[in-house]
Amino acid sequence: MAESADLRTVVLNDQHVALGGRMVPFAGYALPVQYPSGIIAEHKWTREHAGLFDVSHMGPSFLELTNRTGDAEADHAAVAAIAEPLVCGDLLNLKPGQLRYTLLLDETGGALDDLMIGRSPLFPGSLYVIVNAGTKEADFARIEAAEGDRARLTRADDGALLALQGPEAVAVLDALVPGVSDLTFMHYAPFEWGGTRIIVSRSGYTGEDGVEILIAKEYAAKLWAALLADERVKPIGLGARDSLRLEAGLPLYGHDLDETVSPVEAGLRFAVSKRRREAADFPGAERILREFTGEPDRLRVGLFVEGAPAREGAEILDAAGAVVGKVTSGGFSPSLSRAIALGFVPPGLSKPGTQLQVSVRGRAQPATVTELPFVPHRYVRKAAS
Amino acid sequence: MTVKYTKDHEYIRVEGNTGIVGITAYAQEQLGDIVFVELPEVGRPLGQGDESAVVESVKAASEIYAPVTGLVTHVNTNLVGEPGLINTSPTEDGWIYKIEIANPGELDALLDATAYEKLIA
Repeated sequence: MAESADLRTVVLNDQHVALGGRMVPFAGYALPVQYPSGIIAEHKWTREHAGLFDVSHMGPSFLELTNRTGDAEADHAAVAAIAEPLVCGDLLNLKPGQLRYTLLLDETGGALDDLMIGRSPLFPGSLYVIVNAGTKEADFARIEAAEGDRARLTRADDGALLALQGPEAVAVLDALVPGVSDLTFMHYAPFEWGGTRIIVSRSGYTGEDGVEILIAKEYAAKLWAALLADERVKPIGLGARDSLRLEAGLPLYGHDLDETVSPVEAGLRFAVSKRRREAADFPGAERILREFTGEPDRLRVGLFVEGAPAREGAEILDAAGAVVGKVTSGGFSPSLSRAIALGFVPPGLSKPGTQLQVSVRGRAQPATVTELPFVPHRYVRKAAS
Repeated sequence: MTVKYTKDHEYIRVEGNTGIVGITAYAQEQLGDIVFVELPEVGRPLGQGDESAVVESVKAASEIYAPVTGLVTHVNTNLVGEPGLINTSPTEDGWIYKIEIANPGELDALLDATAYEKLIA
């Protein structure tokens, strides 16, 4: 049960319980897997309107230079130089207020986490770093070991992190916090709301347009209530968060990504920035650059599955029935009303249209490699004018 | 008409020597939206407690166990196109299969409505 003694609760726990949220353990926290309307209704509401998710279990933090020089570019370069050796993304060339999706890598080029890193729009020498819940302690320890006395990492996971996602999400928040609609995809800025400062990023994990909002714990319940007061908004649990990200083809750390998986294998070449490739100065560069130009052992693909959903761990078979890989995430797509899955197969079997099979309860079912995402992304890369 | 229940939240509604098997209202609520049902083959012999069907929600697959020994005589093919019938009408339109009861004595050991209500309370 969710009331287990060693589970942590989020700031908005009482709100979830009051709304009828079914609380389950996830990454050490009690969180709502669904509300009474159910996963399919919550999923579809998010695709059509605006879904409100409590993702306060995640790990937002700030990495700030200890001694700023006052030269904004030099200070940014200095803090970027502290974080870059841990990841494969170009942080140096981030513009103020820009966020980047990147990967924390070990020396073999395996993913220790996938995360977002942004350059502060206000404070030179400050980065906004948001890591996954299940890996946050190890991630923070790794960053702190790298920073020494040159920078200081401040955790911000004692407040609330809310995601408002869907085609109406930005309009909803803009009515409360004028100006947020000026943000473009993968940018963030601080705003004043209700007597406090919040950080809003135009980003998310659903494939829809939307925002993620960091707010101090004292103000979180007020913002939660203000957002839900808008009839375009409904609360959405972890179940629909998972089905939405699966349709969007986005990997889930600990399932589709782990320390054995490289960014190339995971289909995340875009996350290995060109400047970093040319400099070959990131962890595991030798393996990852070899995979860039040659062939990795396996590639993450999307599968349309006929019949019963193929879940994590199901074997992927070739047309002749030989085992060629494994499903890493799978389930039912509420938007497409069919079973979909993510999994790894050899590169020769990774082309869209390739006919494969998946083994579900000992029976082989047809599966077809398909382009990702399963459901098109609807990010807003330019602000409406 | 007798309805009996298992601790695994199946019901069996007894009509003569036929049992109509499905999952309880409580079970469907716990599982959430049902998106796929794997039905047994008609004519399949089942022992009491055998895996007889699979009901899948968005999140997970759940086995349905045979409440009694017998032969599968009918399956609810409406569930192939409309698995959500288990959510909207678990004990009527959302039945899963019918079984010819081999040993009516097995029914005695199952829970009656009062005992089942106590189990889920």
